[in-house]
Amino acid sequence: MVALNQEIDHVSNVIGPRLNGQLPAGDANAAPVIEAHGIAKIYRIGDIEVRALDGVDVTIHRGELTAIMGPSGSGKSTLMNILGCLDQPTRGAYKLDGVDVEKLNDDQLAAIRNKKIGFVFQSFNLLRRTSAIDNVEQPLIYAGVKPRERRERAKAALEAVGLGNRLKHHANELSGGQQQRVAIARALVTKPAIILADEPTGNLDSKSGAEIMCLFQRLNEDTGMTVIFVTHDPRIAQHTRRVIRIADGKIIGDDAITDQIIACPDKALPESILEKLEHAPA
Amino acid sequence: MLLRELIKLALNTLAANKPRAFLTMLGISIGVAAVIALMSIGAGVQDYIAQQFSSAGANLIGVVPGRIQRGPGGGAFGAQAPLTMADYRAVAANTPNVIDTSVDFARPAVFAYGNKTSEVNVTGVMANFSAIRNWNARLGRVIDETDIGGRSRVVALGQTVVNDLFEPGEDPLDKIVRINNVPFRVIGVMESKGSSILGDQDAAAFIPLSTAQERLFGQQSQSLTGERIVSTIYAQAANKDVTPAVMASIESLLRERRRIPADEPSDFSVLSQDELINTFGAVTGVLTVFLGAIAAISLLVGGIGIMNIMLVSVTERTREIGLRKAIGARSSAILTQFLTEAVFLSLTGGLIGIGIGLGAAFLVSQFADFRPVVQAGTIALAVGFSLAVGLFFGIYPARRASQLNPIDALRFE
Repeated sequence: MVALNQEIDHVSNVIGPRLNGQLPAGDANAAPVIEAHGIAKIYRIGDIEVRALDGVDVTIHRGELTAIMGPSGSGKSTLMNILGCLDQPTRGAYKLDGVDVEKLNDDQLAAIRNKKIGFVFQSFNLLRRTSAIDNVEQPLIYAGVKPRERRERAKAALEAVGLGNRLKHHANELSGGQQQRVAIARALVTKPAIILADEPTGNLDSKSGAEIMCLFQRLNEDTGMTVIFVTHDPRIAQHTRRVIRIADGKIIGDDAITDQIIACPDKALPESILEKLEHAPA
Repeated sequence: MLLRELIKLALNTLAANKPRAFLTMLGISIGVAAVIALMSIGAGVQDYIAQQFSSAGANLIGVVPGRIQRGPGGGAFGAQAPLTMADYRAVAANTPNVIDTSVDFARPAVFAYGNKTSEVNVTGVMANFSAIRNWNARLGRVIDETDIGGRSRVVALGQTVVNDLFEPGEDPLDKIVRINNVPFRVIGVMESKGSSILGDQDAAAFIPLSTAQERLFGQQSQSLTGERIVSTIYAQAANKDVTPAVMASIESLLRERRRIPADEPSDFSVLSQDELINTFGAVTGVLTVFLGAIAAISLLVGGIGIMNIMLVSVTERTREIGLRKAIGARSSAILTQFLTEAVFLSLTGGLIGIGIGLGAAFLVSQFADFRPVVQAGTIALAVGFSLAVGLFFGIYPARRASQLNPIDALRFE
């Protein structure tokens, strides 16, 4: 983490808050990246009907930093699965980055997940005995990217999260915070429309957790990446700009955060890395 | 493109757990090694048998008394009505497409030299015996016309008899040995033909036919009607193609002479080398099939081992499968990855097995008289079989992996 901070400190002196304000969070004029209307997910267990989601409307615009909050059993995981195209709603319409998702078959959903969504999980879900760079390359393999370009883009993504000096380390040789940063690089590397982070700090100590939140905030501010957290932790919500509250399968609140906690003020990502991420061949 | 990547992924996974991969391969290796070794040895034995018989002389037909039954339990002799010199003369005079004929008379006898003895068959032969059986003397000479005309007491000994009666290095030529107490002068030692499925061919000794019939065995060599008895009538056919016709004509001639009714089987047997080769070939063939079946069972067990390991692997890697699906792997990509692992295990196991099998066949040949014959077809069969085992036993675990629901898989502990 020290290395990241030094790297960021060093570069931030040169470029400053270059992108700050250019891609403001929650800009209502920006194109909606998520448009979900009347989403319902109904399970049938014997004669009992369980409504995990019961008519949920969610609209999230490009560049937003949002938390979906709710206690366990509220339906937030079901909502994340549907927003992440891992699951299909029983009813309702869902448009992700302009694509009507509810009409797609399994293979098409896999392609959408590959192109438009970056997942970050509570337990990192890295491949053990596999180097950081190989882990980050995985989504590009399924996207059919050629090996050399894959390697370049994975390297750029790892540099972007401050792990440029850990490319060859195996996942199990890294600390929890470093592992989660590899996972974030893996989510970034395909330049997705949204990053879905499911309790990303749940398995981390508070210091590493703060560093991860810092990374998310920087990504959002500096690159305009849309990031959606799914959490029950109010502190995570405090790091975002908008909180959608969910309970019993229904949305019960949608508020802007006025007293946002900035996990790492005055830190920016190195410009060269931003450029690599922006201009890496698609 | 993607296929190559998936193969690389599969290989990396296997490399990450080498002991397991090795042990899984072992089952297939053993099965394939067994197939290769058995088939190479089987083919070698068949070649060896064919060689043994053809060394007896080209296109040779033999007639022996009694009926040799074919098939399982074969070799049993029926009621014996001896063949006689009259039968031989009739065959020699009346069979077309025959280059040469011969006849012999063999009986067990006791050989003695000094205080050593040996019990083997002594065979009375004609002068053309050496040419027709393709068997020459290693030392001295074989029986000739003069010996037969003079009913001489001379003998050409087989190597086994020489070994029994003489000290190593002792020259047997011109020594006097006693056969059933009758003194004979050794005029030659036969080339060694070695042992085969026919028994020890060198446990033999040859004397003039006239001497055997008239001097050594006297009464024993006469039938009830006073005819001289013979043991085997030989006929050498002009070529391979006419051999069956010659055999048929000898058979019908002898049936007529011996007045055998049309609905009864012959009380003698007409044999050719081809037939003997085929008979023994069928026996070794059955053996090869039997051993092959055992090898196939071990391949099956090896395949089940692969399936078992792959199923364990799918369970262990449930979260990995979930993650791969979340980051965009199609079901077909997961299927390909796991199937590649299974096929790689079985195919590599098969290749290792081919190496072990060839080594084993070579090792056996060091201690046996034959060379193993490795046929390209055998190798192809082994490779094909291991590939098929990998596909067959890999498809179920791979399908199971590809059908996993990513949400459940990601949540799997």
